[in-house]
Amino acid sequence: MHNFEYAAPASVADAVAALAKPDAKVLAGGQTLLPTMKQRLAAPTQLVDLRKVAGLAGISREGDAVVIGAMTRHADVAASPLVHDAIKGLGALAGLIGDPAVRHRGTLGGSLANNDPAADYPAAVLALGATIVTNKREIVADDYFKGLFETVLGEDEIITKVKFPIPEKSAYEKFRNPASRYAMVGVFVAKSKTGVRVAVTGAGSSGVFRQKEMEAALAANFAADAIKGVKIAAANMISDLHGDADYRAHLVGVVARRAVEASA
Amino acid sequence: MSATGLGASVKRTEDIRFITGKGRYVDDINRPGQAHAYFLRSQHAHATINAIDFAEAAGSPGVVAIFTGQDIAADKVGGLICGWMIHSKDGSPMKAGAHPALAQGKVRYVGDAVAVVIADSYAKARDAAEKINVDYGVLPAVTDLKKAVGAANIHEAAPDNTCYNWHLGDKAATDAAFAKAAHVTKLDLVNNRLIPNAMEPRAAVGDYDSGTDTMTLYTTSQNPHVARLVLSAFIGLAPEHKLRVVAPDVGGGFGSKIFIYAEETICAWAAKKIDRPVKWTADRSEAFLSDAHGRDHATHAELAMDAQGKVTGVRVHTLANMGSYLSTFASSVPTYLYAPLLSGQYNIPAIYAEVDAIYTTTAPVDAYRGAGRPEATFVIERLMELAARETGRDPAEFRRQNFVTTFPHQTPVIMAYDVGDYAGALDKALIHADYKGVAARKAASAAKGKLRGVGFSAFIEACGIAPSAAVGSLGAGVGLWESAEVRVNPIGTVEILTGSHSHGQGHETTFAQLVSDRLGIPLENVAIVHGDTDKVQMGMGTYGSRSGAVGMSAISKALDKVVAKAKKVAGHVLEASEHDIEFKDGKFTVKGTDKAIDFGSVALQAYIAHKFNGQELEPGLKESAFWDPTNFTFPAGVHICEVEIDPETGIVNVERYTAVDDFGKLINPMIVHGQVHGGIAQGIGQALMEGAQYNSDGQLLTASYMDYCMPRADSVPSFNVDTIETVCPSNPLGIKGCGEAGAIASPPAVINAITDALGHEDIAMPATPAAVWKAAQKRPMKHAAE
Amino acid sequence: MVQVSMTVNGKAVSAHVEPRTLLVQFIREHLRLTGTHVGCDTSQCGACVVHIDGKAVKSCTTLAASCEGAQITTIEGLAHGGKLHPMQQAFQDNHGLQCGYCTPGMIMTAVDMVNRKGHQLDEATIRHELEGNICRCTGYHNIVKSVAQGAREMGGAK
Repeated sequence: MHNFEYAAPASVADAVAALAKPDAKVLAGGQTLLPTMKQRLAAPTQLVDLRKVAGLAGISREGDAVVIGAMTRHADVAASPLVHDAIKGLGALAGLIGDPAVRHRGTLGGSLANNDPAADYPAAVLALGATIVTNKREIVADDYFKGLFETVLGEDEIITKVKFPIPEKSAYEKFRNPASRYAMVGVFVAKSKTGVRVAVTGAGSSGVFRQKEMEAALAANFAADAIKGVKIAAANMISDLHGDADYRAHLVGVVARRAVEASA
Repeated sequence: MSATGLGASVKRTEDIRFITGKGRYVDDINRPGQAHAYFLRSQHAHATINAIDFAEAAGSPGVVAIFTGQDIAADKVGGLICGWMIHSKDGSPMKAGAHPALAQGKVRYVGDAVAVVIADSYAKARDAAEKINVDYGVLPAVTDLKKAVGAANIHEAAPDNTCYNWHLGDKAATDAAFAKAAHVTKLDLVNNRLIPNAMEPRAAVGDYDSGTDTMTLYTTSQNPHVARLVLSAFIGLAPEHKLRVVAPDVGGGFGSKIFIYAEETICAWAAKKIDRPVKWTADRSEAFLSDAHGRDHATHAELAMDAQGKVTGVRVHTLANMGSYLSTFASSVPTYLYAPLLSGQYNIPAIYAEVDAIYTTTAPVDAYRGAGRPEATFVIERLMELAARETGRDPAEFRRQNFVTTFPHQTPVIMAYDVGDYAGALDKALIHADYKGVAARKAASAAKGKLRGVGFSAFIEACGIAPSAAVGSLGAGVGLWESAEVRVNPIGTVEILTGSHSHGQGHETTFAQLVSDRLGIPLENVAIVHGDTDKVQMGMGTYGSRSGAVGMSAISKALDKVVAKAKKVAGHVLEASEHDIEFKDGKFTVKGTDKAIDFGSVALQAYIAHKFNGQELEPGLKESAFWDPTNFTFPAGVHICEVEIDPETGIVNVERYTAVDDFGKLINPMIVHGQVHGGIAQGIGQALMEGAQYNSDGQLLTASYMDYCMPRADSVPSFNVDTIETVCPSNPLGIKGCGEAGAIASPPAVINAITDALGHEDIAMPATPAAVWKAAQKRPMKHAAE
Repeated sequence: MVQVSMTVNGKAVSAHVEPRTLLVQFIREHLRLTGTHVGCDTSQCGACVVHIDGKAVKSCTTLAASCEGAQITTIEGLAHGGKLHPMQQAFQDNHGLQCGYCTPGMIMTAVDMVNRKGHQLDEATIRHELEGNICRCTGYHNIVKSVAQGAREMGGAK
C-alpha cells in the first residue's frame, strides 16, 4: 500500500480534527479498507484509527432498542446473548460475516460507513429500521444508504452507534458468493408491530434495498408461501461471473422465503 | 512389517518444523544487503511496446536499478524455453515464439513482465514502478480458443496462432470402426482452465559472490537441478558449476513450480548486475496472472460400440490452449501426456486423436496436477457414462464389460499396461459406495425436492515418468531417470541425497522408511537431503507421481550397492567369504554360525579400513545410483461420487465420495491417503468451483480469491478412500505412484453424478450454483435407461 | 514513522516502523518470526492468522500500529517447555498437513475455535469454522480430524 500518516486519537473530537487533513480516512476494523489499500485501489494520506476512542464499543438495551457501538466487533455481536434474545436475526447475521478471524476485527460502524453492496449489516439496518447515530446527528436507515459504497455521511462525520428497534420476529438468510463468501443474496426479514420490512443485500445494482411487495404480502400473511408469487425484476440486479441478473432475481425469492421460515 | 518399515503409517518427521513455525521457505530467507524486486506487468493482453520512460521512477526513493527487455537483450540473456519438441502431422516442428524474461517489443498477455524495479524495500520498488510510463500500441486480444486461428497474430513464428497440429493413432482403422458401429455416442467437452494456487506463492532470492564468481538462486522449485540446467545451458546466466540452485521448503507445487519462469531468472541475473542480493516474492494477485495455468481444452469426442455393448473405437479432436508463450513442458501436456490415456481401463481396438495447439493472449498453460491425464480421463469417462445411459446399460457393468482383463495389454495409443485388477477395484468401490442403496437415497432426496445422482470414474494414468529413451523418441529434451546417493557415516547414520524434491509429499519420512527397512537402522538415524544443487548430484525432481516409483527406486538401487559393499567389509571383519555373509534386520551374520556384526560397526570398519586391503577393497561406504524406468507405471482405480442438488439454488452437495485405487505397494498408507484426499478436493474444485475466465480484452476476471473459487473446508465432505494392490513389475519396490490420482479421477465422477441427477448432459465445468440452477430448469431428456 | 510496542509470545518488543507496516510484516521482517505466512492479498487464505489478545486475527489485514500494547501469539509461541501444544500434536498425529504452508494459520485458527466453541466439535462445525483458511494439499479431510482431536485433548481428554 501507499504510505500514509497514522493517528490514533483518544476522542471523537480529536478524530474529527484529524480527519480534516485532505484524503484522510477513518480506520475502524480495517477488514475492507486495508485490503483495498494493499491493492492500491485506495490511497488515503492519513488514517485515523478509532481504536483508542472511548465509548465506541459495547452492546446495551435501551428501552425498545438494542444499541450497539460503532466499534463493536462482529464477533461480539454474534456472541451476545442480549442481541440473540432481542433480535435473533441480527445475532445470526453477525455470525455470518466474513470468517472468524475477520469477525474479530471487523466492526459495525466500519461496515456501514463502507456500504459494500455485498455486505451483510446494511440489510439488518434497513430491515430493522435502525437509526445511525453519528457525532453530528441521527440518521434513519431509509435515509442513510446512497447506492454503491455511498452513504449520506459527511467527510468529518463518524458513526458512534446504531440503535436497532427490537422486532417481534427477525431472520437473516445468506446465499454466499462461492468464491468471496460475501453475500450474493442476503435477505433480512423483520416483523414488528408497525409492519414487516424486507431488505435485500448483495443482489441490487444500487446496493441494499427494501422489497416492498414482499413487505406488503408478509404484512397480510407472515408466511413463506405468501411471497411465493412476488415477481422480482431482474432489471436492477447485479450480473457478474458468479451469476446473472435472472439468477440473482430468482435467489432473492428463494432466500427471502427461507428467511421467513427461519424467523418462525 | 515393523512400526517404521515399508507399509507402516509412520507419522511424518518433517511435521515438527512445520507445526512449530520453523519451516524454511524461500520468503523466509534474507541475505545481507538484499534489495527487493517488483515487476511492472503489462495491463494489456496484446500490445507493442513503443517506449518505456522510467526517468521519474529511477529517482524515486530507495530505487537501486530499473531494467527492461533491452537490458537483458544487451546482456544476451537467453529466452525461456520449452523442453519438449512436438512435430505436427505433416512432420514440421512445433512453432514456438521467443519468450524473453522481460518483454522485448511486444507484450502478449496481461501480466507479461515489462520491467523490473529493484529498490531497498518491496514497497519502495512498487511505489517507483507506478511512475514508469509505458507507451503501448494496443493490438487485438485473442482469448477465444475457437476463434484464435485467423485472429490477430501473436507470434510471427506461429502463423494462424498455431503451435502444432498433432495426431496419434490409426485414423483409417478408427473411421472403419465408426462406420460399422451399432451406436455412436458424441460429446462436446470443455476442460476448464485452472489456476494452480499452491498456497506458497512463487519466490526467489538471487545472490552473487563476486569473489568466487558464483551465483546462488533460492527458489520455489520442484526440480532445482532442471532449473539450474535451463538457467545455465539455455538462458546462459552462469555455467553449471558456478550456479547453485536451492529449493528449500516449498509450499506446494502441483506442477506450477516445475517451470523456469521470468521472475526467478531475473532475480539471479540482476543480483550479479547490481552485485547485491535481489529478492522477489509474488503476491497472490501476481500468482494468478503469471503462474502457468492448467488444462484449457475444447474437445469433440466420439465413442463407437457394437450391438453387444463392446466399445470398438474412440475418436477425439481437441483444441488445446497454450496461452501466450510455450512454457517449459507445455507442448507435452496435450499430446503425449494426454492422448495415450484415451484408452482408459478399456480394451478399445481403435483410437484416433487429433490435437491442435493454439496460442492466445492469456497466461501460459502447462502441467497442473495430472497434466493431460485428467483431460483424457474426463473425455473417456464422460463418454463411457453417456454411452451406458444412451443404450440403457448400468454404467458400472458397461465399464466392467469393456475392462482390460489380461496383462500385459498393448493399447492402440502407445501404452503397454503392465498389471491391474480393474474389476477388483470396481467391486470394492461398489460396496463402499453402497451402490445398492442408491435408488432408495434418490427417492428420499426426491421427497425433499432435491435431485440426487451418482457418477463413476474408472481412471488410469501413466506415471512413474519415464523411460528416458522412450520419452526421448517422443521429443523430450531430457531423460527422466532419477538419482540417489547413500552416504553411510562412520558411526552408521545415513544421509540420502535424492534428486527428488519434497514440497508436501513427505519424502523425509517415506524415503527414510525405505532406508530403515533395508539397513535395519532406526528412522532417526536417516537424513533425507534434497533441494540443493551444491549438495545433491544431478537429479530430475518431483512431478508426475514419480518420486516413489522412480526416486525411491534409485535409492533402492544405491542401497543394494551399499549392502553389497558392506557385505565385503563384513566378510573381512568376520573372516568369512562375502558370499557367506547374510544381512538381515541390521545384522551381518556368517551363514551357519553365530558370528555377527551390526550395520554401524561395519560402517565404522569400512572407514577405519584396518581389516582389509585398501587396494583390493576401497575404504568408505558411499554409493550412488541412477534409476531409469523400464516402463511407465499405471495407477488405476474406480471413484464413485454421489451428489445432491438443490434445484432451487443450484447448490451441489457432494454427499459421498468413494475412491478405491491401485497404487501397487504402499510405503506409507497414511501419506498415500492424504495425497488422494488432496487430489479429490482439487478435482471437485475443478468440477464445481474453479475456472479461470478472461474477458474479450484479455483481462483476467478471476484474478483473486474474491472471484476464483477455491475449495474450502465446508465445500467438500470427508472421503471414503481405500486401495487394492497389484504389484508394479517395473520397479524394485512395486510402486505405481499416487500423487495425481485424485485430481485425475474426480472431475468426471462429479460431473457424471450431476448429469445423472439432472437427467441431461448439458452442464459444463465448473458446475457453479448459477450454472446448475439454469441446467435444472431444463426439462430432463429421458435417458433410455429410465 | 510510528513507534510500536507490543508483547509477542511473551516478549516485549518495540520498533520504529512505517505506518503502512502490516502486523504480518512486523512479525516476519522485524522480529524474524517467519512461521506466520502470507498466502493471499485479499484476507481470505488465513495463512497469516495469529492471536491478538487471545483472538484469531488475520495479521495481513491489521496494521502493526493498531496493535500498540497488544498481546500477540504466533505459531512460534504455542509450544511450551519443549512440549507441543495439543493442537500441534494433533496435526502431526492425523497427517493434517502436507506442504506446511497453511498449517500455522490452520493451527492458530483451530486453537481459537476451541477457545470459543469448546472441546467437542462436530465435523460440520469444524468445517464451517475453517471457512477463512484455505489449504490446497490435504482436501481438509485430515485437518478436520486433527482439529477434532486437538479440541478434545485441549480439554484434557486423551
